[in-house]
This record gives sequence, C-alpha cells and structure tokens, in this order.
Amino acid sequence: MSDASYVREAMLPAQKPPASETGVVHWVRANLLSTWGNIVLTLLAVYVVYLILATIGPWLLRSVWTAGSLQECREIIEATWGEGKRGACFAVIAERWQQIIFGFYPRELYWRPILTLVLMLVALLPILFYETRRFSWWVGVLFAAALFGSVWGHASPVVTVLVGIAAVCLGVWLCVRGPQYLMWFSLIFPAAAFWLLWGGTVWLPVTILLGFVLGYGAYRLVSALNGLAGVIAAVVIPILWWVLLCRAAADVLQGIVPIALVELGSDQFGGFLLSTVIGVSGITFSLPLGILLALGRQSDLLIVKSFCVAFIEGFRGVPLITLLFVASLLLNYFLPPGTTFDVILRVIIMVTIFAAAYLAEVIRGGLAALPRGQYEAADSLGLDYWKAQRLIIMPQALKISIPGIVGTFIGLFKDTTLVSFISLSDPMQIVSSIRANQEWNGIYWELFLFVGLLFFLFCFSMSRYSMYLERKLKTDHR
Amino acid sequence: MSQPAIDRSRMQVSNEIAIQISAMNKWYGTFHVLRDINMTVMKGERIVVCGPSGSGKSTLIRCINRLEEHQQGQIIVDGTELTSDLKNIDIVRSEVGMVFQHFNLFPHLTILENLTLAPIWVRKVPKKEADETAMYFLEKVKIPEQAKKFPGQLSGGQQQRVAIARSLCMKPRIMLFDEPTSALDPEMIKEVLDTMIGLAEDGMTMICVTHEMGFAQAVANRVIFMDQGQIVEQNEPREFFNNPKSDRTKLFLSQILGH
Ligand SMILES: Nc1ncnc2c1ncn2[C@@H]1O[C@H](COP(=O)(O)OP(=O)(O)O)[C@@H](O)[C@H]1O
Ligand SMILES: [Mg+2]
Repeated sequence: MSDASYVREAMLPAQKPPASETGVVHWVRANLLSTWGNIVLTLLAVYVVYLILATIGPWLLRSVWTAGSLQECREIIEATWGEGKRGACFAVIAERWQQIIFGFYPRELYWRPILTLVLMLVALLPILFYETRRFSWWVGVLFAAALFGSVWGHASPVVTVLVGIAAVCLGVWLCVRGPQYLMWFSLIFPAAAFWLLWGGTVWLPVTILLGFVLGYGAYRLVSALNGLAGVIAAVVIPILWWVLLCRAAADVLQGIVPIALVELGSDQFGGFLLSTVIGVSGITFSLPLGILLALGRQSDLLIVKSFCVAFIEGFRGVPLITLLFVASLLLNYFLPPGTTFDVILRVIIMVTIFAAAYLAEVIRGGLAALPRGQYEAADSLGLDYWKAQRLIIMPQALKISIPGIVGTFIGLFKDTTLVSFISLSDPMQIVSSIRANQEWNGIYWELFLFVGLLFFLFCFSMSRYSMYLERKLKTDHR
Repeated sequence: MSQPAIDRSRMQVSNEIAIQISAMNKWYGTFHVLRDINMTVMKGERIVVCGPSGSGKSTLIRCINRLEEHQQGQIIVDGTELTSDLKNIDIVRSEVGMVFQHFNLFPHLTILENLTLAPIWVRKVPKKEADETAMYFLEKVKIPEQAKKFPGQLSGGQQQRVAIARSLCMKPRIMLFDEPTSALDPEMIKEVLDTMIGLAEDGMTMICVTHEMGFAQAVANRVIFMDQGQIVEQNEPREFFNNPKSDRTKLFLSQILGH
C-alpha cells in the first residue's frame, strides 16, 4: 500500500555519472574492445596499419631532394643506406615543380600568375567570410605583399620603391576602410585576372567590363518606361557592344594611352595553372547559371520551363569528355567564320555548362525541401518574385544544398584533368612528359604523390570551408 | 474562466467598406471549393469564420490576399479589385497582413530581421526606422528580449506572436488569421489569443478562422459559419451560439462545444 502512495518530497539535484561511463579507458573499452569479435578486428587493423607504415616509412625516410636524375638518386641512396635499399626521389619535384605548377608559362613572367593567385585570395576573402571583419587585415597585408612582390627584381629600383610605397598605402587603406570596397574589387577581379594571365592591352578587359556598365545603364533608363524592355535592353546592348565595338574601342584607347603586358597564347598554359584557371572560372560562373536553371525549371512559363529541362537533361546526359571534344573541334564550325575563339575559353564555357546542369538539380532538391509556407509568407508580405527568391527562398535552399554544391565543385575541379584529351597540358600530362625525359624515366610515385597532394589540398579546403559555412549558417538549434 | 475586461471603446465598426466579395466562385481543378460567396466586411469589424474541416475557410481568406486565385466574381479589398494585374495584387498584399497556422517565420533570419525584412524591401523604410518599429511591435506582443534569437529557439506561442508582429510591421489595415492557435500546446493558446484581443482593442479589422469559441464570444462582432464551400449562416455571436438557425450549424456547435 505504502509503495503506491510514495512521492518525493524534496527534488533531487543532478549527479555525476559513474566513473566507468567516462575517461580514456572507458572509451577504449566501448569502441575497440567491446566484444571478442571487436578485439580481433582491432588487432587486425593495428597490424595493417603497421604493415603500411613499415613499407612507406623507410621509403620516405631515405628520400633524396637534390639530384640531377633518377640514376643519381639511386646511387645516393645506395651509398647512404646500403646495397639494394630503395627510397623516395623527391629531387624530381625539386627540379621540375615549376613545370607542374605553371606549365609552359615563361619563367620570367611567373610573377603574373602568382600575383593573380594572391589577388584571387583578396577577391575571395570578403565573399567567403562576408560576416567576419577580421579578414580585412589579411587582405590589406596580402594585397600590399602581392603588389610589392610582383615588381621585386623585375623593375628598376625607382619603380620598385614607388610601387612599394603605393602598396603600403593601399594596404593600410584597405585595412582601415574594410570590406565594403573590397566587394567592388571582387567584381572586377575576373577581368584583372584575365589581363594578368593572358597579357595584351589593359583596355580590352576594361572595355569588356564597360559592357556590364552599359547593360546596367540601359536597364535603368529603359526599365523606367517598360520592365520587360528594360531586361531585353540590359541583355542585348552589352552583347552588341562585346561583339561589335569592344575590341575596336580597346584598340583606340590603346592607341591613346598604351598600357600592355606581354601577350601570351593559350598554348603556354599548363599544369596547375591551367587546372586552376578552368576550375575556378567554372565554379564561379556555374553557380549563378545553376541557380537560374533551377528556378527556370520551376517556372510557370512553359517556354522557360521546357528550355531549362532540355538544357539540364541534355548536358547531364552527355559525358564531359564529349563536350570537351565539341569545344575543341566542333564549336568553330558553328561560329561565324573568321572569329577566333580561345580554346581555354571554350573549355571554360563547356565545363561551366556541364557543372551548371548538375548544380541546377542539386539546388532543385534544396528548393523542394522548403515548405510551401515560406513562399506564402513571402507573398503575403508583399515581396515580389525576385525579392522572395533572393531574401527568403535561395538563402535557405542553398544552405540545404551546400554538401551537394561543394561535391559538384570538387568533381568539376578534378574533371579539369580531362582536358589532356584535347591536347591541353593538365598536371598529369606534364607528369607524363617529365617521365618521358631520359633523366627521369621510370619514376612515378613521387610525381603522382605531388600532383595528388596539390589536388587534395584544393579539394579538402573546399570541403572544410563548406563545413564551416554549414556550421555558421545553422540556425535551427534543435 | 475569468477573462480580464475587454476595452471596447475603440472597437467600433465604421460604415466604410473594407472588403467586398460578390458572387465569387472558386474551383480546384474540377472541385468546386467556394460556391457563390457574397460578403461585405466593414472597417473595424472582427469576424470569426468557423465550420467543419475542408469547408473552404482557409481558401476563402487566402483569396482575400490572392494566395489563391478565384475564377468568378469580384473581390475588392480597400478599394482595389483583385485581378491578374500584379500591381493590384502587390497593393493589396501590402495592406493585408496574414497569420498562418504554422507561423511560417523565416528560420534563417533573426526575429528582428524577420520583422524588418518586408518594411525595408517592400516599403523602402530606412533600416533604423524599421528596427524601431519592429521593437515597438515586439514590445506590444511582449517578447522584446527575443529580438536577437532565431525562430527555432522560441516556443510555438512566442513564434506565433512574432508572426503577428511581423505582419503588423507592414502597418496593415486588415489582418487575416488562419487557425492561429491550432498548432499550439494548450498552455500557449492564451498568450496568442491575448495578443489578438489587444489588436481588436486597437480597432483593427480582422477576419479570423478559429475554433476558439471563447475568443469569438469575447471579441467578434459577427460569426460566419461555412459548410461545403458556402456561407451557411452568419450572426452576431450571442445569437449565433444561443440560437443557431440551420441544422448543420447546430450539429457543428454541438460537436465543437463537446455535448
Ligand atoms: N491546393 C489545393 N488543391 C486541391 N484541393 C485543395 C487545395 N487546397 C485545399 N483543397 C481542398 O479544398 C477543400 C477546402 O480546403 P480548405 O479551404 O483548406 O478547408 P478548411 O480550411 O475549411 O479546412 C478541401 O476539401 C481541400 O481538400
Ligand atoms: Mg484550413
């Protein structure tokens, strides 16, 4: 009887868990040795790890970093470690790393891709870490260092000093004024990168950028009269400008104020420089295109919808390598005769389209995961379609799709190695040509390791960034 | 249950028309969901719409801000007729606030950002002013201390009050409520109803789909009963509850009042 009426009169405070529930010993027991089967598996795993280390460890330990050929490497190793011993010959990387990274870019012009890379970081930081302002110091320092480093040893002392002073001023100004101006730099960076990498007159990228300004101006002027006409003008006028007048205007300006860098052809690009140019451009341009395609696929307008479906399914259903062959061989047939169209540009277009088709589907998944109530709430507050998409729908849909988007980006970056099939020199192609040399004939692990490591660094940092972003954007707290 | 006294001094029905619905029909595909709806709402009216599930209550009030499109008849909201003209739709939507059963807050924005988004982007109010208005309405729904949190960190009742405040920030002339308390735990219903009563006391024109009959009796000046897509009966609350005319109303009331 008394059991049924038992009640607690004072509330119990929370107590510590029993000791066996915490600590290292508990962890080992619970995760490695919980049953006999697990004990066996643990021992087996330890043995496999030992075997791997026992093979690779000595090989790495006996590595040689300076030698002129594989033969020399082997002699050094045998002289140091004894007859028949093997070791890594990283001398090949010490000798040839520039080629793997810069391709056939002229050695005295390496500062241009390096400067581009640093400027790319400057352009990316405000976008990647748009909410944290701490990065503005880094941007200032990077910017100043890049500007200074790029002329060091390449220009007369007077120019070097002047550029150095300018760099410090700019760097300080960036640190103080912070991110709001840096977004503008991010916008013009693609044109700056194009000029730095390919060279030629500075006025060509300037007039290309001018096309965007013209489009915006046309939109502002015409859309006051009619919304749709404004959009059409914003598309047609820049295209006319680029096709008809852009180059001529650049030539005229070059005649008046000549500023130019040594011009390089696309056949001088190779190695990681090529991969990065194609990969980063593809990533940059495919995301907005993918978003538009995903939205178009959901549109009520039949023509827009069918076009987007055909585009997505069409390009997803074809192997990238086919598209690359189209880019290298067929595209010129469809273009007006006389137009030369850079092969790297063609590849970038194909890679962009291919990745955008995948992204569109990834983003559509994110859109489908949003409850209808989000659209209704946006509508009922009077937000129009584009504002609702930009402020309510896309931020949430993209957040859901981050893992898929980054997966597509990583795939895109690694797929840039396929350009070797249309006789562009991706890193693996360069590796093959190094191995075809008499001095380095027969070497492979060391070179593959190096190339793999570089790809891994790029892809792994994208992956880590996406995890950081997911953590930062997590707002459901459940 | 003893209700605090309701201040009726500003709950006055004017003789200006707020919403005029005439001979309105709506179909979902071939399903005739709203049948010949005629209804006039005066400024300052507090109307409660009730009826069995699936009778078209939600569809009716969603037609008023064009979340659903009607196929026949006329809906005029505050002098603007709802047609396929997007401009008119935008005008009406910025005049009419809506509160949903499932709150529909924007989970990626803080409470404050939820409240200021539409004023800033639709009404072009400067951010500082929008923030002040938002804080004013958060005080009004009694949760100013939650401004920096995200919707996922709030209880259901708090979220619904934020949703009400979000609508109010657009300074609407008419408020629509679609079962605002149906998704809430019992202990949170009262805090939301109190907020709505406060709104009624300020003289807001309200159309409210709800089964909270206590609220209807205390606040409404008219109760509308719908069944099978039609308005079957409407009356002032006392008459409606004590002296229902149609059999279907009697049946519905007996079910909902639990006899
Ligand atoms: N989008 C829709 N498509 C087709 N039928 C719908 C849709 N929305 C609601 N209905 C149907 O219309 C009827 C009325 O729905 P609703 O207005 O939500 O009723 P209530 O709010 O009174 O419960 C229901 O039978 C429902 O199944
Ligand atoms: Mg409903």
